[in-house]
Amino acid sequence: MKVLKRRWRKVKPVLSRSIEKEYRGMVEAYGNAGGDKESLSDAKVAKLVIHENKVLSSDSVEGLTVNTTETEDGVNIYLIVEEGVRIEKPVHLCFGILPKEGLQEIIFKLEARKNSDVNAVAHCIFPNAEKVIHKMDADIEIGENARFEYRETHYHGEYGGIEVIPKGRINIARGGVWQSTFTLNDGRVGRLDYDFAVFCQEDSVAELIVKAYGKGDDDIRILEKIHLNGEGARGLAKSRIVLSDRAKAEVRGETFGNAPHSRGHVDCIELVNGSEAVATAIPIVSVTDEAAKVTHEAAIGSVDRRQVETLMARGLNEDRAVDVIVKGILR
Amino acid sequence: MLQVEDLYLVLDGKPIINGLNLHVKSGEIHGVLGENGTGKTSLAYVIMGVNNYKATSGRILFEGQDIGKMSVSERAQQGISLAWQEPARIEGLTVRDYLSLSSKNAGFKRIYECLEAVGMDPARYIARDIDSTLSGGERKRIELASIIAMQPKLAILDEPDSGIDIVSLPILLNGILELKNQGSSILMITHSEEMVEIADIVSVLCAGSILRTGPPAEMSEWFKENCQSCGHINEPDFYEGLKEAVEKGKTSA
Repeated sequence: MKVLKRRWRKVKPVLSRSIEKEYRGMVEAYGNAGGDKESLSDAKVAKLVIHENKVLSSDSVEGLTVNTTETEDGVNIYLIVEEGVRIEKPVHLCFGILPKEGLQEIIFKLEARKNSDVNAVAHCIFPNAEKVIHKMDADIEIGENARFEYRETHYHGEYGGIEVIPKGRINIARGGVWQSTFTLNDGRVGRLDYDFAVFCQEDSVAELIVKAYGKGDDDIRILEKIHLNGEGARGLAKSRIVLSDRAKAEVRGETFGNAPHSRGHVDCIELVNGSEAVATAIPIVSVTDEAAKVTHEAAIGSVDRRQVETLMARGLNEDRAVDVIVKGILR
Repeated sequence: MLQVEDLYLVLDGKPIINGLNLHVKSGEIHGVLGENGTGKTSLAYVIMGVNNYKATSGRILFEGQDIGKMSVSERAQQGISLAWQEPARIEGLTVRDYLSLSSKNAGFKRIYECLEAVGMDPARYIARDIDSTLSGGERKRIELASIIAMQPKLAILDEPDSGIDIVSLPILLNGILELKNQGSSILMITHSEEMVEIADIVSVLCAGSILRTGPPAEMSEWFKENCQSCGHINEPDFYEGLKEAVEKGKTSA
């Protein structure tokens, strides 16, 4: 595997004034959402900034090809990591809608070729959303012994008028690794309909992690499916959900052990911190090969009293103790 | 420092603590030695006010103030803390966070010192979560480190040696002595006569009441000879007769 020398090319070197204004707005919102603003101006970092259906910035590095097409309601992204390429610094992706209303449909195709290695950080920013829909359809191919880590963090503001609908289909070739973490803790969730399915070949590894904090009347639906189709494949479907007020969540974690020595685990914790909140967990584990093993654990309930009192015995008041525990679960 | 007067605790109609009197002086390690089921952990809980353990009657005075109606947090803010027999695991809370919260935001240096005091390599543990990835012994030592970081006036240690391997035991004892050296009084609840060797004074607990109090060596010997071979542990009728006999000096047991 070779480490690339940095050679950068700017796709859009000149921005029109209106686009520049949108870009500044997105960068500001990105910083407010906890993103590292410096990284967006760092010429050594590959990045992609999309507002509504406009590509505001797209910087790549050698070995990483980013093609984008603006559509009526969003952007089609085709990202290729060449064989044997290891991208030294995380690739930064920033998607968002700054106005109160809007629709953004991202069609995302990723090809991480054999022996490549990439970390990607995505920030999805909808700080003023009152009637916003953000959809993503991802079609992902992880090549032999390639590794791709994808961390997506959302910031939604406090109104709750947003629908987030991420769908993903991921194929992992022999020895490949896919690790994704979807986090939606800041601001209101609105309606989340997360649906990811992974198909693992021999000795590959899949980790799907979702963390969300539902408030008000937020509605969270999670479906994580892992198909362990190759010998020795491993998978983890993990979710951490906290609900307050009248929020509700249904988490389905499904893992299928279809090959010898494949190992899978479904791990779901939902904390209910409100008398009207409703949490449901539906773990499904299935084995079709006698040498496969799939396990699950699910815990739903209020914040553990012993944990709260442990922190209270160190001088924290009850509200603060609960806050520390909730933040820990969602970290 | 801590005065427990004629304390009773009844849970689900069952007497757990029966007229218990206990005095922990400032700066001392006071051991409470008792067999399983004698009310040791209940005593720790009722002093700390956790798990809805509220005294049925009697008083708990801390520095002269009745703390019986205070919440766990208020008792902690007065200067009392508890190291649990089985400490809670909290996902996403690192060792550093836990010790920092316990010590009101102590810096790295202090956190390092507290971990070293219980024989833990700070570089190895400081970023780890206090969750189920830690062994029972590791979690217990972190619990003690958090108490050292907090520097309470009174530390209640509930079975501090349970889950600790024999190699780590001297390290744990050093940690408890470190706690004492920094000025904390300690109420050490245990069933182990080895543990109370570092105590200044020891009380023997049976059927939710203190049977006798004295020097560690003497109490350990008495505990070994009488309690460990007793076939009537926690039988109140037997206990009353035993208590009377002990008070009259008629018997060693």
